[in-house]
Amino acid sequence: MSIPTHYIVALSAILFTLGVAGVLTRRNAIIIFMSVELMLNSANLAFVAFARQFLDMSGQIFVFFVMVVAAAEVAVGLALIVTIFRTKHSISVDEINQLKG
Amino acid sequence: MQLRRSLPLGIVAALALFAVAAPLTAWAQEGHGGEAAAGVNAYAPLVPLLIVFPLAGFLINVFAGRRIGEPWAGILASLFSGLAFLIAVLQVVGLANSGYEAVTIPVLDWIVVKDAVGNGGVNVAWAFLVDTLSVTMMLVVTGVGTLIHIFAIGYMHGDVQVNGDPQRFPRFFVFLNLFLVAMLILVTGDSYLTMFVGWEGVGLCSYLLIGFWFEKGKDRIGNARAARKAFVANRVGDWALMMAMFMIFWMFSSFTYNDVFGRLESIRLSVQGQNAITIITLLLLVGAAGKSAQIPLYVWLPDAMAGPTPVSALIHAATMVTAGIYMITRSHVLYALAPESMQVVAWVGAATALFAATIAVAQTDIKRVLAYSTISQLGFMVAAVGLGGYVAGMFHLVTHAFFKALLFLSSGSVIHALEEGHHAIVHAAHATHIGGGGDEHAHGESHADASTEHHAEALHDDAHAFDPQDMRNMGGLWTKLPVTRWVYLIGALALAGIPPLSGFFSKDEILLDAFEHNLGLYVVLTIAAVFTAFYMTRQVLMVFFGQPRTAAAAHAVESPAVMTVPLIILALLSFVGGALNLPGGLPGAHAMTEWLGHTLGEHEAGEFNLFVAGLSTVLALAAIGLGYALYNGKPRAVDERDPLHNLLGPVFGWLRDKWYIDELYELIILRPFGWLARFLADVVDWNFWHDWFHDKVLLGTFNTFARLLAVGVDLGGIDAIANGLGEFARTVAASFRNLQRGYVRTYALMMFIGVVAVLSYFLLVR
Repeated sequence: MSIPTHYIVALSAILFTLGVAGVLTRRNAIIIFMSVELMLNSANLAFVAFARQFLDMSGQIFVFFVMVVAAAEVAVGLALIVTIFRTKHSISVDEINQLKG
Repeated sequence: MQLRRSLPLGIVAALALFAVAAPLTAWAQEGHGGEAAAGVNAYAPLVPLLIVFPLAGFLINVFAGRRIGEPWAGILASLFSGLAFLIAVLQVVGLANSGYEAVTIPVLDWIVVKDAVGNGGVNVAWAFLVDTLSVTMMLVVTGVGTLIHIFAIGYMHGDVQVNGDPQRFPRFFVFLNLFLVAMLILVTGDSYLTMFVGWEGVGLCSYLLIGFWFEKGKDRIGNARAARKAFVANRVGDWALMMAMFMIFWMFSSFTYNDVFGRLESIRLSVQGQNAITIITLLLLVGAAGKSAQIPLYVWLPDAMAGPTPVSALIHAATMVTAGIYMITRSHVLYALAPESMQVVAWVGAATALFAATIAVAQTDIKRVLAYSTISQLGFMVAAVGLGGYVAGMFHLVTHAFFKALLFLSSGSVIHALEEGHHAIVHAAHATHIGGGGDEHAHGESHADASTEHHAEALHDDAHAFDPQDMRNMGGLWTKLPVTRWVYLIGALALAGIPPLSGFFSKDEILLDAFEHNLGLYVVLTIAAVFTAFYMTRQVLMVFFGQPRTAAAAHAVESPAVMTVPLIILALLSFVGGALNLPGGLPGAHAMTEWLGHTLGEHEAGEFNLFVAGLSTVLALAAIGLGYALYNGKPRAVDERDPLHNLLGPVFGWLRDKWYIDELYELIILRPFGWLARFLADVVDWNFWHDWFHDKVLLGTFNTFARLLAVGVDLGGIDAIANGLGEFARTVAASFRNLQRGYVRTYALMMFIGVVAVLSYFLLVR
């Protein structure tokens, strides 16, 4: 018998929570990126789990979209981080606060 | 340019032409269009010309006097004055032809006020009243006035040179002609209101002419002060006259003599009416006292001598000051109804006559003696009219006009002569000083030079203080002034009342009236007459006899013919003027009594009273003898004590200082007035009204109220709302601003919280 779906969803929720905690607590922009990727992938996991459960392929397909978006985002985000590092010699998000109101 | 300059002259000429043509046309139509009916005064329509002529002279000299210049401005003025005299003479002819009937010549509607219902109201026409009384005054004013105008041509020539402003020559004649206009309005008007216009006009001219050399005199302001004093003293009288006029209008609803007197004859007076008439007549007396210089308002007249001498002669001796006597005579109907007032009038006049005469004996200024003499003689006239002797008063007015004008003009001639002498010495002194370096004896006789130099030195000591009017600076002028000496003597004798000169007859008539009606008055007036003879003797002796007391007197020269000819004419008039109204028993007697009787009603003719005439003559001669004994050849030097001073002792000081009346007035009127004024200004106005009421009360209340509005309402209310709203928005914004710190993790946390909240809502609530 296969793994019950609620296990997978629970794992997805744990991963997502970890991602959120990472985004909220870390200062390093790369770690935050990684946490965001963790959240995206937890969502992917949930998609896949429910697609298998309901025998619906649209969940599977949606995962591909998410991965594409994540890849694009990483490309843009890393480029931004590199540029910021060049100007500020730091990638701590607490120091990137020039847009404050 | 040329056109603009001559334009006013052209307008004046056109107006003058019209003003002359209009009465002439009226005259031609009335008198000569058809055959003049007997009993019609053919010349009366000409009477407006009496005013038009001097007015024309006035206007021409006002606009073009400076260009006309000396002496033509004076000649022009004299000419117009002479023309006015001709008109006055024609009026005599007209009256004689028409049975001495009074004629009223209306000229224009002057003041017309209709009341609401259409009946009553005021309608004062400008009209001329031609009767024997007004014509008498016209003759005196224009006749004596013309002679004085002519004299002034010569006198003012020297005066403007001495005072250093020859440009002022035409101005003098402007004022003089204006005075004639005003005086003729005064005497020709047919109503109290018209008279009042002239009354004020002569007061103005008097003011202007007293202050003619307004920058001269004591402290360079003395003359201006004298002018102001005259004006103010006259205003007091004017006030009373106005009050009298208001009461007259209140009683009779009219100002014209005919209405007032006519109504009086047709009604029976109540007790209140009787009292009102008494008050009116007393107020008229106060008015007359102001203008005719009676106690207590006489103080201005001696100071008025600050004016040039022709002014003193014309205004302050011959004409203007007689306006009060004319006014009382004109109001004889009113006075007849108020016997108490007449008593007051008579006693005021007699008191003035004696009082002023006592002051005159101790004065040293030649014109001041004559001024007090004038006050005294005016007192005689007022006493006469107060006794009901209107004819005697008018008679004395006329003769007094002759001899007092003569005396003033002669004194002007003396002053002129002394000034000339003074100048001759100063010039000679300059000449010797300049020529002294080179050839000492180049100017001929060394003796004359030496004496001149001596005089000049003596003169230089007091050159700045030389007063050509001080009789102590004169003496011995008898040989220097061959014409002036005789005319002066005639004037003095006429004033002293020596027969057969005019003053004897006129004064005698007054004394006779007093003798018959009021013995007390008679005694007072007789004593005054004695004083008169005495001070005139003193003056003549001090001026003309003895040795010259100054260099100026020693070098005095006679005045030119333009001055002496009018003097001679006036002297003739002063000599024979008594013939106007000889007492009974002589040929041509009572001429003036009959003449004035046509206006004043039947009048008892003064008969010759040997006792009165004899006594006054004897007393006058005695006074002259006493004066001769005291003053013959004395005082010998300028600073010698007055012989009278030795005789009278301290009393002389009182006389010389005018009984300290000026000081008394200063003490009881001027100083309290000054205090009151200062009190009102400093305490009432400044401290009370300004500092307290205005600053404290008004301004304080306003400031408090304004502060309440500004701080309480505006700042505390309106601004608080507006500012509070702004402050509120800012506070709220500041708290919200804290949400946007720029820390990405904060945003992320918020987003997380938001997501949690939204999800919680969906999961838990729904």
